[in-house]
Amino acid sequence: MINKMEAKHLDFYYKDTQALFNINLPVEKNAVTALIGPSGCGKSTFLRTLNRMNDVIEKTKVVGEVLMDNKNIYDPDVDPVELRKKVGMVFQQPNPFPISIFDNIAYGPRIHGIKNKQKLQELVESSLKSAALWDEVKDRLHDSALGLSGGQQQRLVIARVLAVEPEMILMDEPASALDPISTSKLEELVRELKNNYTIVIVTHNMQQAARISDYTSFFLNGKLIEYDQTNIIFTAPREKQTEDYITGRFG
Amino acid sequence: MNKKFVKYYEKGIKYLLALVAGTSILILFLIFIFLFKEGIGIFAKVGILNFIFGMEWLPASEPPIFGAMPMIVGSLVVTVGAGIIAIPFGIGIAMFLAEVAPRNLREILKAIIELLAGIPSVVYGFIGLIVLSPIIKDLFNLSSGLNAFTASLVLGIMALPTVVSISEDALNAVPDSYREASLALGATKWETTIRIILPSARSGLLAASMLGLGRAIGETMAVLMVAGNATIIPHSVFDPVRTITADIAAEMGETVQGGTHYQALFGLGVILFSMTFVINLITDLVFAKTSNIQRGAQL
Repeated sequence: MINKMEAKHLDFYYKDTQALFNINLPVEKNAVTALIGPSGCGKSTFLRTLNRMNDVIEKTKVVGEVLMDNKNIYDPDVDPVELRKKVGMVFQQPNPFPISIFDNIAYGPRIHGIKNKQKLQELVESSLKSAALWDEVKDRLHDSALGLSGGQQQRLVIARVLAVEPEMILMDEPASALDPISTSKLEELVRELKNNYTIVIVTHNMQQAARISDYTSFFLNGKLIEYDQTNIIFTAPREKQTEDYITGRFG
Repeated sequence: MNKKFVKYYEKGIKYLLALVAGTSILILFLIFIFLFKEGIGIFAKVGILNFIFGMEWLPASEPPIFGAMPMIVGSLVVTVGAGIIAIPFGIGIAMFLAEVAPRNLREILKAIIELLAGIPSVVYGFIGLIVLSPIIKDLFNLSSGLNAFTASLVLGIMALPTVVSISEDALNAVPDSYREASLALGATKWETTIRIILPSARSGLLAASMLGLGRAIGETMAVLMVAGNATIIPHSVFDPVRTITADIAAEMGETVQGGTHYQALFGLGVILFSMTFVINLITDLVFAKTSNIQRGAQL
């Protein structure tokens, strides 16, 4: 197994409050790693340490390392802006910009210097195809993205991430605002995407974690309780707390 | 409380609020009627076009000449000048406050900017007269520092708080999810601000600009003190000008109520009222249009 990323002795603080305690977690390449746990357990915070999105929040502090291809992303010579090109992110609420579908997808490539119209067009098309949205929007690429349904918006956001050609995609409860049909489309898409990308997904839907992930890690109160292959976590967890959570005794 | 009472109570409040709202509209309407009634005489005497496009304003000559063009141009020059100063600086400051400054610095700066709005206009005029105009006189080697340029500068500073605070509200109203989305795509903070935040906030920024202009065109005391007050069409920004507001304030004391000069000043009032009305109307139209665009197609 090849690790795309690995957190080592990672602590995280909001002001004086410690939110993550000594997290050690590998993220395998071209696999889906799910982060599960009750609300406030630190899974989203951990996810945001992987592309340094927490940097934009004032008065936060990271101790420890996150290695990406064996390079610590918190080293002083790492530019978080460059990092975020390689590690894309999908948020809980679909957040398309209030511009056209085309311009949404082209936004990332454009800021990274692609001006050639044909190249942009190809990128938009291939990204929308990879996100399984092309057939639904190909006739209205220049309509506002805000006119799409929630499920379409979330796939649009994924296409927008793909257009930047990242190596990893982080997803923060991407299906929590979607209806069941949109959710199953999204899950199918995630399974599809792992062939080319390394995916880390936060979810509090345990069935979803079981359905789509290869590895699952269980967080509780800012600590990583257990990490293993998904089928092991859900059938034979080592820790009592994990078992209690996945059998629905709390959460 | 019994049900019937609650019903009347609810209705009573509804009518009371409608009355309050209606009163303010009525007052506005009455002001316009009054202005027009007092000013209509001059339009009848010299003709509307002659009054508006007349190039000379000589109320004391024999016979007196009333042409409002020098004042209209004066007001426009000074207002546009103030806008050129207040709008870019105001939006720039708002961008700094909303997107760059750390929280505690932002609070301090906002308090200072709001303090600027509380300074009486006569104080601005005084500072313009005593401090600014000698500097401008020396700097540009002029015979007098009291001119359209100085007036624009003073008015620009006076309009700044309006532009800043409304622009800042507009920028803060842009959802954080846009910022996060942009940053997560590997955009820098600057790229995010320029390409996403400013376009998303643009109807609010336009409103801020228009209100700033409205503030500038209506200001009286400060311009009266620093604009130089010559009733001539200026040939450069360093010529003295007289604005509509300043003219009314300066001459109202010497008129006879109901006389021709008195009517002419009210005629100026009608023109000023129409100008601000048009500015507000444009703001509203642009506002409605851009918010449609935000819901609809493109930035």
